[in-house]
Amino acid sequence: MSPHFKTISELASFREGLKRSRDPKSPWIAICCGTGCQACGALEVLEAFREKIQEMGLKDQIGIRATGCHGFCERGPLVVIRPQKICYMNVTPEDVSEILHQVANGGGVIERLLYQDPLSKQRLLYEEEIPFYKFQQRIVFGNNGEIDPTDIDDYIRIGGYQALEKVLSTMTPEAVIQTIKESGLRGRGGGGFPTGIKWEACRRAKGKEKFVICNADEGDPGAYMDRSLLEGNPHRVIEGMLIGAYAIGSEEGYVYVRNEYPLAISNLTCALDQARAYGLLGKNILGSGLNFQIKISRGGGAFVCGESTALMASLEGRVGEPRAKYIHTVEQGLWNQPSNLNNVETWANVPIIINRGVQWYTSIGTEGSKGTKIFSLVGKIHHTGLVEVPMGMTLRQIIFDIGGGIPKGKRFKAVQTGGPSGGCIPESLLDLPVDFDRLQEAGSMMGSGGMIVMDEDNCMVDMARYFVQFLEEESCGKCTPCREGLQQMGRILNRICRGEGKKGDIELLEDLSLVMIESSLCGLGLTAPNPVLSTLRYFREEYEAHIEEKRCPAKFCRELISFSIRPDKCTGCGACARLCPTQAIKGERKKVHFLESQKCVKCKACVEACKFDAIEIN
Amino acid sequence: MLVEVEALDEILRRHGYQRAALIGILQDIQSRVNYLPRKALQYVSKCLEIPLSEIYEVATFYKAFHLEPRGKHTIQVCLGTACHVRGSQRILSYLETLLDVKAGGTTKDLSFSLETVNCLGACALGPLLVIDRKYYGKMGTGKIESLLKKYQ
Repeated sequence: MSPHFKTISELASFREGLKRSRDPKSPWIAICCGTGCQACGALEVLEAFREKIQEMGLKDQIGIRATGCHGFCERGPLVVIRPQKICYMNVTPEDVSEILHQVANGGGVIERLLYQDPLSKQRLLYEEEIPFYKFQQRIVFGNNGEIDPTDIDDYIRIGGYQALEKVLSTMTPEAVIQTIKESGLRGRGGGGFPTGIKWEACRRAKGKEKFVICNADEGDPGAYMDRSLLEGNPHRVIEGMLIGAYAIGSEEGYVYVRNEYPLAISNLTCALDQARAYGLLGKNILGSGLNFQIKISRGGGAFVCGESTALMASLEGRVGEPRAKYIHTVEQGLWNQPSNLNNVETWANVPIIINRGVQWYTSIGTEGSKGTKIFSLVGKIHHTGLVEVPMGMTLRQIIFDIGGGIPKGKRFKAVQTGGPSGGCIPESLLDLPVDFDRLQEAGSMMGSGGMIVMDEDNCMVDMARYFVQFLEEESCGKCTPCREGLQQMGRILNRICRGEGKKGDIELLEDLSLVMIESSLCGLGLTAPNPVLSTLRYFREEYEAHIEEKRCPAKFCRELISFSIRPDKCTGCGACARLCPTQAIKGERKKVHFLESQKCVKCKACVEACKFDAIEIN
Repeated sequence: MLVEVEALDEILRRHGYQRAALIGILQDIQSRVNYLPRKALQYVSKCLEIPLSEIYEVATFYKAFHLEPRGKHTIQVCLGTACHVRGSQRILSYLETLLDVKAGGTTKDLSFSLETVNCLGACALGPLLVIDRKYYGKMGTGKIESLLKKYQ
């Protein structure tokens, strides 16, 4: 029977009991079961742990917990032995008995599962020694590895819902808003609007009822921190929303989450049920008089629904088309009532600010951007995964110190931030401190925190085309500049990539961009030209090479390249021929193969298959 | 009709016969039969007292919905940015050639539907392929054929 707390002190003493009930020194094993690790087979590893621990009779000695994402997804499945935080990577079910044996008997660590420094070849034992973790400051994301997201007691034990207690017992709604304003917290969804000011405007707005909404429609391709937070620590988001509801005066909340995130939905549903059972959601919460409910609404897979007015239309069950914002959503949003929308990461920051105070929070970050930001560091980079760093860290530190640089000895070319609304930042700006304002000055933006690293093999014109095509598909079609502008831009970029570019195309792209920025209805169209403008700003010569010389300097654009087999390198192993979907490669075994270019569809399967670099791209 | 009336009633009841829950209702119908049969939509229109055209407006606006029956297995190729820079387009063209179907289509024998998706949030493992909700990371053209055999 779960407890149902009627007062703040009941919850506080329950927490003390939970803390006392577990010896902080007793060993337990955290198995990352985030989506990334699950794709690498974490569930099989978890199952093996559950079985073996029974078999070996260690159930009472060693604890096992399936936790949310730890961030280092590339090396999954990750297993961390706590409390020492010994970090094992790429664990398979076959390793499980050995790990349990080692934990139970205090035996030597298992060398082969430890992180190996690529340069010194040294094996590193603890999580905090690994460069990927060492340079991070994981105040929002860090607890993911400590708790089972489906167990509210785990969250309460590490101080969960303490911020709610503090707010309800010692602060007025105005004082909460003042604290958030002073903390300098800005919206983590991309816009960077000051959160406290938004809350204040919503509190002051007049309406029958008010809504608090969490935007978990993480549509930016290449960003997945919101999903990992919801999966790994849903109660922190709920606590943030509760504090927001108290400050704004709302009784009803929504989480709008992508239907493509099944694990996030099921963990959040479970967390909401538990919070309701404990009396942390519902009527008269902890005897304070606060009433608040949260419902989940699943998105239908439309990128534009990340925009506030489109999201609210979708919540009402209508098509997600944005409207002009002469009247802000804080005044008339969902069902024309005052509505306050914040992103998942923003909500997750709120309890931390309340608990640790404004002074501590503002000591992290830069002048205009306080606190930390979670980035998804992906693309052509050694250590892919989620990283949380203080605002103001340079791109070079993030990409080379944390991310370990570019694999296969390739050269860094650009990093794309801000999703389809952002831009590509070149090598010359690697020492740029990352915060809301600096990124904007460089022609990109923070966005929701995707950081996609590209090397010399990526074509920047193709990148621009990729984003324009993405947005063309996702444009809702309501306003002309966005709908038609993107279509025209897409046509021009396609032409350039095919080697059919004309003189004047670049200028035309710039003109179209200007019109879209001046006249589009919502954020999607207003920022859509950014990928084109930023690549034009920093990589104009690549556009010119495509147009004037019909050449793709990165050897990427299909129509501008052809393949052949180098006789001096081909060993006749036949690996390429077996893979070729159109049988364009022929040759006898152990003899030099040849490629029929009429049949070739340029899928690059042969390039991937060849171990001898014998396929040449011309 | 492919979905029984009782099942539709159950779904509608769970959503409180609310107009605002239309997207959720359509998602639940689709998760039962893989697509949105016309008759089911007509039934929803009658019960919620909203014009069929409005339901179609919603069903065709959101990418997640399908109005045609789909294959036994759904293959999703992630075309998010992180997967794109690691060559997901190659994976897609390879699959298109291999299955002789364009993205968005279904093979003639109704065994596979090939779809693209704009990021599934497992970017660290790109290029990513999802078959019937099971994730396959770090995909290469060389691994595809043997992977598909498991589903044939």
